[in-house]
Amino acid sequence: MSKQKANALREEILRISNVDPLKCMRCGKCSATCPAYDEMNYHPHEFVYMVERGAVEELLDDTSIYRCLSCFACIDRCPRQVEPAKLIEAVRNTCLRKQGANHFKADMLPGKLDPELPQQAVVSAFRKYAK
Amino acid sequence: MMTFSYYPGCTLKNKAKDLDEYARLSARALGVELEELNEWQCCGGVYPLSKDEIATKLSSVRALMKARDNSGTLVTLCSACHNVIKQVNRDMLTDDYIATRVNNYLGADGQYHGETKVIHFLEMLRDTVGFDEIKKRVVKPLNGKKIGAYYGCLLLRPAKTMQFDNAENPRIIEDLIEALGGEAVIYAERNECCGAYVTLEDKDFAAKRAVSIKNNAESMGAELIVTACPLCQYNLKVNAAGGVEVKYFTELLAEALGVKEGFDE
Ligand code: SF4
Ligand code: SF4
Repeated sequence: MSKQKANALREEILRISNVDPLKCMRCGKCSATCPAYDEMNYHPHEFVYMVERGAVEELLDDTSIYRCLSCFACIDRCPRQVEPAKLIEAVRNTCLRKQGANHFKADMLPGKLDPELPQQAVVSAFRKYAK
Repeated sequence: MMTFSYYPGCTLKNKAKDLDEYARLSARALGVELEELNEWQCCGGVYPLSKDEIATKLSSVRALMKARDNSGTLVTLCSACHNVIKQVNRDMLTDDYIATRVNNYLGADGQYHGETKVIHFLEMLRDTVGFDEIKKRVVKPLNGKKIGAYYGCLLLRPAKTMQFDNAENPRIIEDLIEALGGEAVIYAERNECCGAYVTLEDKDFAAKRAVSIKNNAESMGAELIVTACPLCQYNLKVNAAGGVEVKYFTELLAEALGVKEGFDE
């Protein structure tokens, strides 16, 4: 990815997330409280400083963006109101909004249904993993 | 009889019919009628965090508009619907960027600026009916049964918007359990995530979350866990199979009020 392209993506991610990474004091509290920490290669505080640095390509290509549970713990517990989950969502949206980039597709559903699975799980997965 | 507009959401019409039915039966027994909004649409399950997500907020706004034009207050029950609708309501009240774009979409359907008050069924029980009143209406007390309330995320966070209870040390479900004659069991993970929709993406990961929560509740002595969310319920029941029983808090309420038999499966 050219430096120019990475910069354009960085601007896009900052715009749609409405997050100001410069507010972050790198305390790591968001990652410490994140229930998806062990499942992520890049953790919430890393999203913050990597986007700030323009290292967006690594984030876009990584499965970490599909591990966030939208639990809002990092949003509430960040002492600087950085709201890292918004940045993760913006990176994921930037990825999913590309043509044909849906991560979750309708034909994947039958294999995952079980009689007790609530509708809520399916609509939420489509909202998070597809556009 | 008091009447409130009510938004059940898609899951309460299907896999979680019991969550809904027990709530309606209990409300009626307590002198509250839940009047279902007509033609409501699915909230989408999770709040879209990106600033430029507009179309995904319209179903919530339409429900909020209908409630404004009825009683002015909207009661929700599913934690996810409550979270989405309440966060969208905040956007419409405080975020000009979002409100302007949503209102442009709505066009001739009218305009909306966050006028509706959104409350969860539990808040209605606490603030309108009152737990003391509920205590008086109990006909089949829970006899000191040890019950762990599982809040999960969506009722509590983001705390600034949800304003539901102390997000790190909530009491509302414990107070209800005690009003019904049970013994509330406090455990650390009652407000940590159950694994949510990630059960469709990575079931093992979701299961780890659910097992951890269930073990924590059991280790503190819970004989039963209660939830307010169909997906929490699923993760705790199916992804963390075995162990203590998991029920909706509305079932417990209907049972204690002696109206459970009214539910026809
Ligand atoms: S919202 Fe996502 S990133 Fe933030 S703590 Fe929860 S799982 Fe982690
Ligand atoms: S909790 Fe907030 S301030 Fe601390 S590292 Fe995370 S984003 Fe930065």
